[in-house]
Amino acid sequence: MAYSDKVIDHYNNPRNVGQMDKNSDSVGTGLVGAPECGDVMRLQIRVNPETQVIEEAKFKTFGCGSAIASSSLATEWVKGKTVSEAMEIKNTDIVKELALPPVKIHCSVLAEDAIRAAIGDWKKKNGVGETAATAAAVAAK
Amino acid sequence: MNTFDDDVMAMPAATVPRSAADVKLPIYMDNHATTPVDPRVLEAMMPYFTGIFGNAASRNHSFGWEAERAVEGAREQIAKLIGATAKEIIFTSGATESNNLALKGVAEMYRERGNHIITQVTEHKAVLDTCKRLEKAGYRVTYLPVKADGIIDLEDLKRAMDDKTILVSIMFANNEIGVIQPITEIGKLCREHGVIFHTDAVQAAGKIPVDVNAMNIDVLSLSGHKIYGPKGVGALYVRRRNPRVQISEQINGGGHERGMRSGTLNVPGIVGLGKACEIAREEMASEAARLSKLRDKLKAKLESSLDYLHVNGSMEHRLPNNLNVSFVYVEGESLLMGINDVAVSSGSACTSATLEPSYVLKALGLGDDVAHSSIRFGLGRFNTEAEVDYVADKVIDIVKKLRELSPLYEMVKEGIDISKIEWQAH
Repeated sequence: MAYSDKVIDHYNNPRNVGQMDKNSDSVGTGLVGAPECGDVMRLQIRVNPETQVIEEAKFKTFGCGSAIASSSLATEWVKGKTVSEAMEIKNTDIVKELALPPVKIHCSVLAEDAIRAAIGDWKKKNGVGETAATAAAVAAK
Repeated sequence: MNTFDDDVMAMPAATVPRSAADVKLPIYMDNHATTPVDPRVLEAMMPYFTGIFGNAASRNHSFGWEAERAVEGAREQIAKLIGATAKEIIFTSGATESNNLALKGVAEMYRERGNHIITQVTEHKAVLDTCKRLEKAGYRVTYLPVKADGIIDLEDLKRAMDDKTILVSIMFANNEIGVIQPITEIGKLCREHGVIFHTDAVQAAGKIPVDVNAMNIDVLSLSGHKIYGPKGVGALYVRRRNPRVQISEQINGGGHERGMRSGTLNVPGIVGLGKACEIAREEMASEAARLSKLRDKLKAKLESSLDYLHVNGSMEHRLPNNLNVSFVYVEGESLLMGINDVAVSSGSACTSATLEPSYVLKALGLGDDVAHSSIRFGLGRFNTEAEVDYVADKVIDIVKKLRELSPLYEMVKEGIDISKIEWQAH
């Protein structure tokens, strides 16, 4: 299979690899996928409680090159965004950016799931309800 | 700087990564998939494309006679490799056709006697899919399981045989894990029960000793391009005596190959297959020793630098040129991506057309996650020790890098039992 230059770049130079303390209140962790399916992504965000801006993001991924690239890209994109802005990231944006072939679209879906799971975890920890998030999303528009 | 102490400047030899200067890249180490044509084979074939181009079935001129003589010479060479006689060799387009002809040909011919066929789960698709087709046509097929080492249980085979069993088809050596089935014992059982024994010997013929008489093999498939011969040519051995085995033809036409396989013979291909068999037979002992030494070195190097390696299939009953390893917690396709100057295969779903991990590895009882992490190394005649060193170093380097990226490896290292996690399958 031929990989796009961007996938190869993320594979060779993955951004924001690592882990943060998942017990910290300001950290949201999303662990998605399954080993038997051949891909597991863990995406973590550290959110500023005042501004709700994602100040730091880390990932580790077990999966193919496209899965690694999708999650690496996801960490780049969420950084600097508010939680509600990050929720707007769509898997199709990732597909477009990385020029993923149809057979690799599930990698982008998983990356989107990872972002949402990390944000969901952070919200749960911090008692931020869906209503508040929706309101924030509306306000951001 | 101490100018006398040049050695201090040099990195210790062991830590200097082997440069591409030692080896020519890319390195081909996927010799179960196919092999290059040996130059000696090509040389033998060349005259038969232009000068000696006759149709081996042309009986009334020298062009035909010369072609026929070449074909009969090749038949002898092939027969000799497997301990058969020349008249027992039928030429085909390759092993897929040979397997189709063997199974369908025997099934049809012996339909009156019974309708039961026994095979096993790690066969090549050319056998499995042919069996599925026969099931649709009213045959009953038993698919024997394999043990964790990839080998069938002979007791299972005994139990599966009944008075309707007409054919047992068990591969000689597996194309993914290189595991060798107990062919002699299977042949003996089949002979005792009066059942025809077919073996797909595509990976074994020319690599390890095959003797159709000593092993009681009745029908055997082999292929040119797995043994440094050309693609598009194969052969089927069909026993002519003790007992005489008959197969019904699957391709109708001019009645070539004693009516069992019509079609103008591929003379250059057949000459190439013959020459390939001759070379393989002459060099088998030394080549098997050389390859198993290289394979064992590859395995030892990987094992000395990496943890969580899982060798798939029996190491004891295995082709000398095969190593199939799972680099657990690393996904196979991502590993292939990192070693892109080395041609090997993976059992990962991501590398297969079906998006399913290898059915062979799953048959060993491996979890899908371990199957996803597997790499098949297929050493061949043209691989060198320098190449093995390069491949080992490269794989070690990339596996370490990918494990740094792997959340599973991190969790396992932290003592988390990842099998206890409720993963959301997708």
